[in-house]
Amino acid sequence: MSEETKEVAVAATPTARPEGGRPERSGGPRFGGRPGGGPGGPREGGGGRKFFRRKKVCKFCTERIEDINYKDYRLLGQFVAENGKIVPRRLTGVCSPHQHRLATAIKQARNIALLPFAGKTN
Amino acid sequence: MNRNYELMFIVRPDMTDEDLGKLIATLEAAVPAAGGTVQKIERMGKRRLAYQVKKFHDGLFVLMMLEGGGAVIHELERRLRVTEQVIKFLTVRVDETQKRLDKIKKLRDSRKKVSAMPAAAAPVAAEAAPVVVEAPAAQA
Repeated sequence: MSEETKEVAVAATPTARPEGGRPERSGGPRFGGRPGGGPGGPREGGGGRKFFRRKKVCKFCTERIEDINYKDYRLLGQFVAENGKIVPRRLTGVCSPHQHRLATAIKQARNIALLPFAGKTN
Repeated sequence: MNRNYELMFIVRPDMTDEDLGKLIATLEAAVPAAGGTVQKIERMGKRRLAYQVKKFHDGLFVLMMLEGGGAVIHELERRLRVTEQVIKFLTVRVDETQKRLDKIKKLRDSRKKVSAMPAAAAPVAAEAAPVVVEAPAAQA
């Protein structure tokens, strides 16, 4: 009985170690290339490999928001951090063309004092 | 000469309504003189500014939609710079974005209509169209 439990314990640890190491290794390419395939990604991500935990999809693609205007500061404010910085794409899951338009709109809003340049220092 | 512009400017908050009306009327009069047309003027009311501008924390926002060439904006901005009550302004050219949005809207409307009809070939055409639509938009 104790032998069985020992075998189970021994068998458990070798598998635990590579899993512990995998997220770290895939952390690099994950941030680099993965968010680019946001809408198409979830299929491959949920296939069983724990490559990236959050299958974030682009909010603009799913909700079909095409007009990212500098005037709707509330929408833009969701993509701005506490200190006023524009949040990177890998955290919000926004796709590349929408991130470009979002950044332009945020910069325009900053210029017309609808959004701060910097504020609420952390 | 069919450029569409959006001009948003902020006026100091302690300005009266009629003074603001006079200022807007002056600007409105300057537009056709420079060869443009005013499409819409919207007073967005008093809003809190995200940062201090010339010692003000609030401002009266006004939005003007224009059509015309670059000379119209040149003239208007010159006037806004000279006016003391105006503390900030921003001009955005919107005809390209409007063109893109109209294309997308048209595409989506045509897709919807087609999906109402029992036709199987239409979705294929609609799928091919975005590829063509996005390329000119990206180039422009």
